[in-house]
Amino acid sequence: MAVELTNVAPAMPACWRKETKTHKFCPGCGHGIVLKALGEAIDELGIQDKVIFTVDIGCCLLAIDFFNVDTVQTHHGRTNAVCTGIKRATPDKICIAYMGDGGGYAIGSQHLVNAAARNERITSILVNNTNYGMTGGQMAPTTLPGQKTETSPYGRSVEQQGQPTHGPEMIAAMAAEGAYVARGTVAKPKVLKKYFKKALEAQMNGSGFSFVEALSTCPTNWATNAKKTWAFLEGPMAEEYPTGEFKVPGEGGKAE
Amino acid sequence: MATKPIEKDTNVFVTGNEVVAWAALAADAQIMYGYPITPQNEIMHYWTRLAPQHDRRFLQTEDELSAGFTTCGGVMTGTRAFTATAGPGTILMQEPITMAEMMRIPLVVVVQQRGGPSTATVIYSQQEVNLCCYGGNGEGFRVVYSTSGHQDLYDYTIKAFNTAWKYRVPTIVLGDGYQAKMREAVTMYDPASRGIEMEPTTPFVGAEGCPGVDRDPRFYRNTYNTEEELLDVVNDLKAHYDSFKDEVIEYEESDIDDAEIVVVGHGVVSRACKEAVKALRKDGFKVGYFRPITLRPFPEKQLAAAVEGKKCVLAVESALGQMKRLMTDGLYGMTVPIEEYFKPGKGVSAQELVEKVKSMMD
Amino acid sequence: MSDLKRIMLAGEGGQGVQSVAMILSEASYKAGKQVMYIPNFGVEQRGGVSVAFMQISSEDPIGSPKFDDADIIVALSDRAVRRVQDFVNPNTIYVYDSAISDEARKDLPKEDEVAKLVEISAHEIANTELHVRVFNVIIMGAVLGLTHMVPEEDIKAALEKKFAKKFEADPSLRDMNYTALRKGMELVG
Repeated sequence: MAVELTNVAPAMPACWRKETKTHKFCPGCGHGIVLKALGEAIDELGIQDKVIFTVDIGCCLLAIDFFNVDTVQTHHGRTNAVCTGIKRATPDKICIAYMGDGGGYAIGSQHLVNAAARNERITSILVNNTNYGMTGGQMAPTTLPGQKTETSPYGRSVEQQGQPTHGPEMIAAMAAEGAYVARGTVAKPKVLKKYFKKALEAQMNGSGFSFVEALSTCPTNWATNAKKTWAFLEGPMAEEYPTGEFKVPGEGGKAE
Repeated sequence: MATKPIEKDTNVFVTGNEVVAWAALAADAQIMYGYPITPQNEIMHYWTRLAPQHDRRFLQTEDELSAGFTTCGGVMTGTRAFTATAGPGTILMQEPITMAEMMRIPLVVVVQQRGGPSTATVIYSQQEVNLCCYGGNGEGFRVVYSTSGHQDLYDYTIKAFNTAWKYRVPTIVLGDGYQAKMREAVTMYDPASRGIEMEPTTPFVGAEGCPGVDRDPRFYRNTYNTEEELLDVVNDLKAHYDSFKDEVIEYEESDIDDAEIVVVGHGVVSRACKEAVKALRKDGFKVGYFRPITLRPFPEKQLAAAVEGKKCVLAVESALGQMKRLMTDGLYGMTVPIEEYFKPGKGVSAQELVEKVKSMMD
Repeated sequence: MSDLKRIMLAGEGGQGVQSVAMILSEASYKAGKQVMYIPNFGVEQRGGVSVAFMQISSEDPIGSPKFDDADIIVALSDRAVRRVQDFVNPNTIYVYDSAISDEARKDLPKEDEVAKLVEISAHEIANTELHVRVFNVIIMGAVLGLTHMVPEEDIKAALEKKFAKKFEADPSLRDMNYTALRKGMELVG
């Protein structure tokens, strides 16, 4: 099944599971870029043997066999909880929770908020593509004002459906000193990798909870071609969701 | 490892919630995850006082969903872990329990039933039988021990960990508010002194070696792509469940042979049944007693044998027929009538059962 | 013949019903009896009537934690009198405190409806002769006097254990507690 990839550049991160590539995400989906940045961060920190990966339901679940890393797929929204349980039982492991905006900001918001409040030493990664991808493009907490989705066919009305959720801002406001909070984008994978590394380091040195939101793309549900996909990511999304570090251990931090 | 929490037999007069905390300690449980709800709170209260003295840990979560899922996470690291809940918490707990069913996670949950539906009372009921046996979207691949008092709470809490880990099946210790709050005598012991060896725990994730280098990575999922795939998975779960069912089933019976009426009750209600049968026997009434200890798997064959040819069966419970439904499933095809004595959310006394049985004998 | 005694103590929060039940049941347990004690709990415990259900027997294991008919009822307040009504039966020894209102007296069982109806002036004795804090020890004495569930000495030992520091600091407290216990026994004797 697996395609012979030896002559395909660029090289995959060492911790990627080659047998499961090419991956299962839609063409143009940002998950692959996020997971590449994460894979490189794991490689550069040399922690593949210590990482336990937990993935949410939604498109995230397609990452179940993405890495050569023990992985648990949980229920929708419950990934931060399962990840917390693992970390509390085995504090020497490096535990990563991987979820979408629905899982982190809607159905599982209590787990994200309380993991942050308790300063759980886990790394929570949330992919923001402004909609529920796996279930067919419904409105998410992160859907932009006016953005059309299957459940906001006339565009999200702030009056009716409220403002988009700004996760890192919220988490940074409540997280303890020592926590790390950032928002990156698949448009800048090297910066995203840097954020992942710093997030993982916050967990490894025990300084606190770490949370990184990654702005990502969903051409399938956005119904956009490559050009329009990128334009949306770097245009309206970037405008609504400033990238940067919102909380850095010892520094405080603010958006770019 | 720290010293054993209980070295030699200790007789105490305590509440059931305290008994559970001690039993979990004695069973070498390493971590409890929990969320406050009456009437199970004191399990956490005692655990949080005792745990640090024995290098055990506790996490208070944001709700019962989290309590269940963090416990699943803890268990998957190969750590003996548990949670406890009641009432509305047992509803939320269904979600993590179904994950445990699907992924065969040895989750241990102590449930102290309170009144239902809804918030109802914080006091007592036997109304969480449906939830504990068959709650969730699935087929009820769980083991449920219904305890009748403090010695049971101690014995079956220890046993629950072993059943869970031996068969890799979520296991529930089903108590109630009465058992949680009442005080009676109990003998606490070191399991080893009774020849009970704690089942070894093995990690699902985070085992030795670098995944993909020294060993294959482990991927645990509960989502499948096709109907065919799922059918195979569920059939495998069923085959596994059926393979250990008979080893796990437990029940208690007395005075069956010449009985005309068999009184059936589980949990704390079985004590009233037992007492009533004893009193009725003294007065010469031919009455027998049957108590399912495991509600899931239910001792169907054993109950069928006990009531075969009897005049009548009396089903007694502090619910509107949740146990009776398990009975009728097991007795399907038999003609013995089942009389009901249901007191949803209220205790049952031996005295009222004596009167009930006498009225049936007339 | 079973000597099982079903005892129901009811009073206002602060009257010490649960500590009486706790000391009596623990002492009985230590004396080798079969004992069950369950406090009523629930939202009632906030501002409601406090009820303790106790069952004590020499041999028979105790069945259900709560019961329908009480052998001994002790009602210490107006609301308690109403709370215990369903538990009264012809075999009940019914004890109530003389401090209840005339209104509540109307809800008391008639002499011929129970085995024994006993009025005790525990409240008054505590307030005038002893100290308000030993009111519940008088009640404990009354229950002990009615049941003789354990020797008086066992209860004294339990009090000794519970109030060790206070007794040590002020030995007159010991005397007051012992006197209260004896008074309670005499009130029903």
